[in-house]
Amino acid sequence: MITKTKIIGLMLFFLGPWSFAEEAPLLAKDPVLEARVKAISLELRCLVCQNQTIADSNAGLAVDLKNQVRDMLREGMNETQIKDFMVERYGDFVLYDPPIKGTTMVLWAGPLLMLFIAFWFSVRFVRRRSRNPDAYKSAEDIDRARALLKD
Amino acid sequence: MMASARFLIPLGIFIAVAAFLFKGLSLDPKEVPSPLIGKAAPEFSLPLLNDFEAPFANGDMTGEVWLLNVFASWCGPCLDEHPIIVNFARSTAVPVVGFNYKDRPRAAKQWLNRHGDPYTQVVVDLNGRIGLDYGVYGVPETFLIDQQGIIRYKKIGPLTQMDVSQDIIPLIEELSQ
Repeated sequence: MITKTKIIGLMLFFLGPWSFAEEAPLLAKDPVLEARVKAISLELRCLVCQNQTIADSNAGLAVDLKNQVRDMLREGMNETQIKDFMVERYGDFVLYDPPIKGTTMVLWAGPLLMLFIAFWFSVRFVRRRSRNPDAYKSAEDIDRARALLKD
Repeated sequence: MMASARFLIPLGIFIAVAAFLFKGLSLDPKEVPSPLIGKAAPEFSLPLLNDFEAPFANGDMTGEVWLLNVFASWCGPCLDEHPIIVNFARSTAVPVVGFNYKDRPRAAKQWLNRHGDPYTQVVVDLNGRIGLDYGVYGVPETFLIDQQGIIRYKKIGPLTQMDVSQDIIPLIEELSQ
């Protein structure tokens, strides 16, 4: 028997994921312009809600910034000009993809450096092992291992 | 000898990581360094709260060191810092211009009537467009602008007595020389 509850349950099950994933509504009607506004918005950080882009956010400031992006696109400005405009006012932090320069060097090079260090250590470790497999075993350990195996 | 030194490597790494994390504890991620410091204050001409017909331009303040205080009646932290602004305006000769950000003018007037009006003038930025030029995102914000119209200091969030006595007053003294 298919009951009403089951049908509603199924509907909720399948519709659930979509209903959550809705993004902040856009205001204008022109789809081409909106696509460009969205593309740029996805790369700008909402400073009020710092872990969201302004495309994701409905905060007052995010809406203002989106409107600003839209106005600037209408005026014929390109993406670089718009981003420069935002950086001039809010700093590099407004970009989700921060530029590579002196102050951001640690941010960009740090993880890579860590990876190299880890790689260097593991290579050294493996090499030493293969050259001398018993290097990490003392006579005492071997005796203990033998005793354990006997039981 | 070598063996004992090798055991110190993890300890060294631990100390380095701990030092970074410890420093991180005292950093506020909400405090984003402003790119505007040392630059000319963005130009604006906005209506006054008391007289919508009369525009006020930041250029009118050339030759003076002045404080620009962004506030709104809907903003809770603004109320927290308000006594400090009132006190500052009372105890110094520095003009304090209020910047009413995305507010209803009537609500702003009521707010000032109730809590005291420390401002020499209050300009109205109804839609926040000029606020955007000033990189405003967390009301209240406060700017100190020098005689040439250069932004010397910016505080995001409520001003404290310590900000006034340790940063703003010394800066004003330095600029007034």
